[in-house]
Amino acid sequence: MILLGALGTALVAVPLIGLLWRAPWAELGSVITSRVVLDALRLSLISSLSATAIAFVLGIPVAWLLARVEFPGRHLVRGLVLLPLVLPPVVGGAALLFALGRRGLVGEPVYEATGLVLPFSTWGVVLASTFVAMPFLVITVEGALHNLDQRYEGAAASLGARRWTVLRRVTLPMVGPSLLAGLVLTWARAFGEFGATITFAGNLQGRTQTLPLAVFVALESDRGVAVAISLLMVVVSLIVLVALRERWWRVS
Amino acid sequence: MSHGALHARLVIERSDDFRLDVDLSIEPGRTAALLGPNGTGKSTVVSAIAGLLPIDSGSIRLGDEILDDPDAGVFVPAEDRGVGVVFQDYLLFPHLSVLENVAFGLRSRKTETSSARRASREWLTRVGLEGMEGERPGEVSGGQAQRVALARALATEPRLLLLDEPLSALDVTTRTALRRSLADHLSGFPGPRMLITHDPTEAFLLADEVYVMEAGVITQTGAPDEIRLRPRTKYAADLAGSNLVSGEAFGGRVEVGEFIVHIADHTLAGPVLLIIHPHAVSIHRAEPEGSPRNTWSTVVTRVESLGDRVRLQTGDPLPLTAEVTGEAREALSLAPGVPVWLSLKATEIGVEQHG
Repeated sequence: MILLGALGTALVAVPLIGLLWRAPWAELGSVITSRVVLDALRLSLISSLSATAIAFVLGIPVAWLLARVEFPGRHLVRGLVLLPLVLPPVVGGAALLFALGRRGLVGEPVYEATGLVLPFSTWGVVLASTFVAMPFLVITVEGALHNLDQRYEGAAASLGARRWTVLRRVTLPMVGPSLLAGLVLTWARAFGEFGATITFAGNLQGRTQTLPLAVFVALESDRGVAVAISLLMVVVSLIVLVALRERWWRVS
Repeated sequence: MSHGALHARLVIERSDDFRLDVDLSIEPGRTAALLGPNGTGKSTVVSAIAGLLPIDSGSIRLGDEILDDPDAGVFVPAEDRGVGVVFQDYLLFPHLSVLENVAFGLRSRKTETSSARRASREWLTRVGLEGMEGERPGEVSGGQAQRVALARALATEPRLLLLDEPLSALDVTTRTALRRSLADHLSGFPGPRMLITHDPTEAFLLADEVYVMEAGVITQTGAPDEIRLRPRTKYAADLAGSNLVSGEAFGGRVEVGEFIVHIADHTLAGPVLLIIHPHAVSIHRAEPEGSPRNTWSTVVTRVESLGDRVRLQTGDPLPLTAEVTGEAREALSLAPGVPVWLSLKATEIGVEQHG
């Protein structure tokens, strides 16, 4: 057991050490502050945070419907909404392209009506990230709502609270830890998103090239840059993990 | 706010062929107890009156207002009913402080935050919890949580107060103390009050009227004494049939008027309530020999058959309800006017401190 445990830990640790070992420490500063990397970082932060925000606004109602409302085909809807969890991201990106591309099912009428083109735009990146990441929020919040004793909401109503007040002051705070965990998972998934983004939004510097795409490109041209960007992503992820360490580690 | 009576006829049918059919009327300033075993639908009654569960037929009226009447298409949602509820397990919001729990109702009704807090502080003082404002519900004792729940319900100045098993989550000592303070708060509440309980002692001590509920229906209604002396069902006889006797305790003796009852606990002093189950009373035709210290002679005043068992009332010096089997009645030829000897083991008498 100890041996296997050590092996498991090594499986995670060795690649990270590999990154540190290959890091071009001398030119790290200049690489990270280069135009390409800063563009990608800005885009990654904007798109992952936007995707998280959209998932918050849309994902909570989905979770609430799934947890609280009995309707025909609920299992089907749940399966559909959670599908991106298991779907290969490239397939997700292709599906988005066929649906929302300029010639797509929904994309064409939208383009004709508004002139808005989603693929190969920053909006496309946000959309692709939301597509793959939102299920993380839905699944965590749905579980929490399911486990929440609904009598608390009844108690709030008996005290005169309207539905919105009940949601804001009782339901959401009581599922708070799960909601936070869901948001972090969602954000992390969106931050690292690669497959659906490159398929649906392409790889245009400053518009759709996020950090993972930049790493991919740099691996072909300049390995040092790839390592530097990777380290940057590790650091950003670590900052989030450490900021939430109380919550994460208290669970165990 | 004016206080009107509660008139409710509740019919609720659940898919698992459970049917609830209950008729209740409570005048303002009166306390009714809904007494019944667990799983009989008592909490469903609370949910229906509070507006958390629509009734299938019947109607709920509070004063002049119809709260629920499916035939008339009226359903007032919980948040507009003005019904205060102390829920089973209290359901204090765990993420809010004690003060914010009490202020929750006022703030939901758009009362300004500072005046809601001030009013809530006053309520906490009234229930004896000053200084606890900042605590979380998870940090207070069961008895304190009960008082927070009571303050939270009363702070909205409801028109009707429902208490769902308010004492059953507490240990025995706390329960006795809180029962007394609950009685004070109930008598200070001007509207109709309804107490849901499975504990006959609680029902008899706190209520003006008792509704006995079994399997979804009311099987008997009446003043506590009436239910106790003339139970109509086996359940009422079992649970509600206990003799409750007030007396003054000192050194293992309890004075009940001129009569002395010996009890096992020698440390109790002051007013106490003796709980004597009808099974605990033994009946003899001649003076019994041996150990029981509580032995006296009296006369049978009433005999009532309850299926295979028989319930007896006995006369002075300590009128009690006793229960024997049908065979025992034959063997002892028990009938009204027959002189008998009663005995009572000290260890079989329940004793509670009583204010």
